[in-house]
Amino acid sequence: MTTHETPPGNPVLLVATRKGAWLYHADAARRTWRVDGPHFLGHIVNHLVLDPRDGRTLLAAAKTGHLGPTLFRSTDLGQTWQEAAKPPAFGPAANSLDARAVDHTFWLAPGPAGEPDVWYAGTSPQGLFRSEDGGRHWAPFSCINDDPQYRHWFGTVQDGTPDGPKLHSIIVDPRDPRHLYFAMSGGGVHESTDGGRSFAPLVDGMEVVAGFDPAEIAFHDPHCVRACPGNPDRLYQQNHCGIYRLDRPGRRWQRIGRNLPPAIGDIGFPLVLHPRDDRTLWVFPMDGSDVWPRTSPGGRPAVYATRDGGETWQRQDAGLPADQAWWTVKRQAMTADRHDPVGLYFGTTSGELWQSRDEGGHWECVARHLPEIYALETAYPR
Amino acid sequence: MRVLIPSALHSYTGRPWVEAQGTTVAAVLDDLDRQFPGIRFRMIDEQGRIRRHIRLFHRREMVVDLGLPLPADDELMIVQALSGG
Repeated sequence: MTTHETPPGNPVLLVATRKGAWLYHADAARRTWRVDGPHFLGHIVNHLVLDPRDGRTLLAAAKTGHLGPTLFRSTDLGQTWQEAAKPPAFGPAANSLDARAVDHTFWLAPGPAGEPDVWYAGTSPQGLFRSEDGGRHWAPFSCINDDPQYRHWFGTVQDGTPDGPKLHSIIVDPRDPRHLYFAMSGGGVHESTDGGRSFAPLVDGMEVVAGFDPAEIAFHDPHCVRACPGNPDRLYQQNHCGIYRLDRPGRRWQRIGRNLPPAIGDIGFPLVLHPRDDRTLWVFPMDGSDVWPRTSPGGRPAVYATRDGGETWQRQDAGLPADQAWWTVKRQAMTADRHDPVGLYFGTTSGELWQSRDEGGHWECVARHLPEIYALETAYPR
Repeated sequence: MRVLIPSALHSYTGRPWVEAQGTTVAAVLDDLDRQFPGIRFRMIDEQGRIRRHIRLFHRREMVVDLGLPLPADDELMIVQALSGG
């Protein structure tokens, strides 16, 4: 499905890093960028998101190496920031389970258009939170945080991502705010059709590490799940074990990453969807062999694109280093704008910011020497 | 009660020494949060535990119990542990 719309102005890249946040403002041609930052220098910023509903409100999930986590909020594009009055925090011990503390908020997701002050947040360790006042106050959301079955699926700190297990990829169906998805590293993909009163796993067809039982939800490690902007019934997923597509109401994920070159493989973290074409997406494969180097395969970074829903893939590395480039791209650090042709952007673990103005055909470096980039979002302020 | 604030939290207080009221460490921390909203959660997690890299000292002794009584006109020192990167 392909739809068209006029992009609402010039994009701004929201760059969240291990040592602070930056805003890169594009000109109309997306050729020059005005840098604004650092914001929160020294803070670990896991996600920086502009509310697409008002085009004004920024939320930043932050902590430092020594202090607890918090959220900051700005309504003037980062000129001033106010701390959330009540950041995401777990409740007291319940259901005979250990009491937990949020280490950091990892994922921020604005709610649907019809609920203008609603936001969702995913944390490490895995927790789901919701704000109903634009990000000022947060409360645990749904039963999952203290549900014994979900606690089992969360696993332990040792089972998750090296800097902590995470709840991420919170998706709100734009047609029905009661229809929600989230994913966990580790712990699988989950769906609610009753506004979060209950969730259930959605993992059929997803593979797990060889030798483990895919029937055990705790073994599933989705890295990034996205719903097509123009077709929310089509989901794509980059997983620890491959790239998948799911067309609802179907329930079985189809592994489409097998069609990538075997020498490259289909392990990675980010996955970016075309804003108007539900057959087109981009991934950034990573070396997930033996000890999981988490580098570009062979030190030769490349984006891979498909324009037919994953049947065929094309390598896109024009302008990228030809060799000896050992960085990769984290799950939140790759994004697309809404221009035609689509602009693509990714931030690297080595602190470089790259862009393509032609849907991956050619790449240019926008910035070097930033801290390790954790997240990158495209925004259109109003 | 004079309270020494670590540099990482000066964004809340604007200065290293502040005054706070309370007859226990917990009460002093509550009063700090009343004066400087949000500061307590950066030091104490939602389960009432002192965060991993925060240390509190009273009369050269490390505070392990937030219920520790504090005499009036005393000093509480809050420091960030020099760990991590």
